[in-house]
Amino acid sequence: MYKYDEYDQAIVDARVEEFRDQVQRRLAGEISEDQFKPLRLMNGLYLQLHAYMLRIAVPYGTMDSRQMRMLAHIARKYDRDYGHFTTRQNIQYNWIKLEDAPDILADLASVEMHAIQTSGNCIRNTTSDQFAGAAADEVTDPRPWAELLRQWSTFHPEFSYLPRKFKIAVIAAEEDRAAMRLHDIGLQLYHNDAGELGFRVFVGGGMGRTPMVAPVIREFLPTADFLSYLEACLRVYNRYGRRDNIYKARIKILVHELGAAEYARQVEEEWAHVKTLGLDPPPGEFERIAAQFAPPAFETGIADTVDRSDPDFAVWLDQNVKAHKQPGYAIVNISLKPVGGIPGDASSAQIDLMADLAETYSFDELRVTHAQNIVLPHVKKAELYAVWQKLAAADLASANLDLISDIIACPGLDYCSLANARSIPLAQKIAKRFESLDRQRDLGELKLKISGCINACGHHHAGHIGILGVDRKGTENYQLLLGGSGAEDASLGRITGPGFDEDGVVDAIERTVEKYRTLRTDGERFLDTYRRVGMDPFKEAIYG
Amino acid sequence: MDNALRFRDDAPHEEPAVTLDAFIGQTNAGAVRLESDEDARKLIPYLGQLALIEVAFPKFRDGRGYSAARILREAGYTGELRAAGDVLVDQIPFMRRCGFDSFAPEADIDADALGRALAHYEHVYQKAADGRSPVWALRHG
Repeated sequence: MYKYDEYDQAIVDARVEEFRDQVQRRLAGEISEDQFKPLRLMNGLYLQLHAYMLRIAVPYGTMDSRQMRMLAHIARKYDRDYGHFTTRQNIQYNWIKLEDAPDILADLASVEMHAIQTSGNCIRNTTSDQFAGAAADEVTDPRPWAELLRQWSTFHPEFSYLPRKFKIAVIAAEEDRAAMRLHDIGLQLYHNDAGELGFRVFVGGGMGRTPMVAPVIREFLPTADFLSYLEACLRVYNRYGRRDNIYKARIKILVHELGAAEYARQVEEEWAHVKTLGLDPPPGEFERIAAQFAPPAFETGIADTVDRSDPDFAVWLDQNVKAHKQPGYAIVNISLKPVGGIPGDASSAQIDLMADLAETYSFDELRVTHAQNIVLPHVKKAELYAVWQKLAAADLASANLDLISDIIACPGLDYCSLANARSIPLAQKIAKRFESLDRQRDLGELKLKISGCINACGHHHAGHIGILGVDRKGTENYQLLLGGSGAEDASLGRITGPGFDEDGVVDAIERTVEKYRTLRTDGERFLDTYRRVGMDPFKEAIYG
Repeated sequence: MDNALRFRDDAPHEEPAVTLDAFIGQTNAGAVRLESDEDARKLIPYLGQLALIEVAFPKFRDGRGYSAARILREAGYTGELRAAGDVLVDQIPFMRRCGFDSFAPEADIDADALGRALAHYEHVYQKAADGRSPVWALRHG
């Protein structure tokens, strides 16, 4: 894991003092809410329906137990004893007082954390593969590159007032666990035919009201040119991205309007100039960072088998535990989606428990996933049963990873000032309807995603089944989408037809998945069947 | 101009700035104003004769001027580079990094607040147009 040096610490400490100064000027009435807004937004502080919401960055989703415990402390001391893990691998708190925000940032800085650029029209927290450093299929650990990005993008003087927010994801495997192609910039590390490591660069993906899967704009970018090339990508966007209409201001619109080839040409032209400025750090800087992500001291020659005699444990093992690259170890996924719960929420006691487990069983490491779950990346197979027992005692052992109740949901109208409809109660109703784990497992991998408005924070476009809440003449109405994917087979869902009320959409989902059961062939996921047979049979089942 | 908002030692250039169109048409002017949607690169052939380039910020959210400033400095412009319009105290540190060295804000700026804003950060992560060494250079100095 990356550890701050004196420079990183000085910059984060300076941010605390700067924000304290800004909050004091606001509380003293020296600046208006209008002038304060861009300042607090650049620091992840939103004014929501009932209170301030503070979003804290978890760079590329990686934390140690000390940092995780600080999140529990913040929940206890400054909020209502819980936090909400987000689709951008961050955590947010919903009941923050403005006057407490500087103290929270000071607490965070004491454990090398911050809320820098977790909102605003700037480069946001870089996301990555939650299995980085543990996945059997990765070509390298993507996180050192993500850390380089964190530093480069932090207080970038030219790119802090972009046309719109800007999200970057980095992965290093063929399987895409980070929805990379639905980001403003997606970067995939791979080796070219000559065996050199580089990036495939995707630009112009995103969700929102105009969802797009990012096209490739450069097939192979040598790692030595990493930051100067991104500087050129951002500069073209900053100069030519639309500023006349907030809904057309994301880079996806620029790339779409210019065409990927023309955007790529402009970037190459800018880069030919930018490359001469010496913006890329020397290889030694990458090596300094990469050394801190060296694999932990795995034991060798240990048991590679697991005692499956407890049937409940075996179910969890099959569903939530994934293959690790090191024999004798496994990746544990902790579901934050218990039936009846709020997707992504965890109490301070649960956060502390997960921190304890990471410290004892996972080389002190945790990850946050974009599906709003937590990962213990490096657990000895021999200790899986002990970990499971402790999780089960804290209501953290739901064996539903990637099943229909592992729902991504935005905060919706219960919290968010932008929402048109509630997401959380709907997620709870769906989970309740499909409560039987046998039934969920029979349905197999089924990624269900709910957004409470067209801004798509709940990734509904990328759901195998997606739900979009809209306001229809003053009542909440839910549209159903089928066929989306945020994975390596990225695609955008299509709307089935007229929308439903809350109970109606749960019924429609049930008819959809029952239709799938009659249509599927052996081994076919819902998404595969949908792609094979198309929308019509499902439409008939839903509306017929 | 308020001295606290000018970071140059030379005498202020008092010639009124002409529009980009007027400047391109009559190339003997020494001061030009660039609107936020105008291409800074059009000035590159003339940088030697310019003493003042004023870059407009019609709204503080419109960040195109930051790129314009860097492009001009990267092309070797050494004259006065002024940010004019909706320029707020907390933006000036970023503008300084992009190469602006004078400021004409619409609303008054508190000198103490500006002093604090400029002093907050001893270190920066990236190279820009102000000659400061990024931390990666300090680490591997």
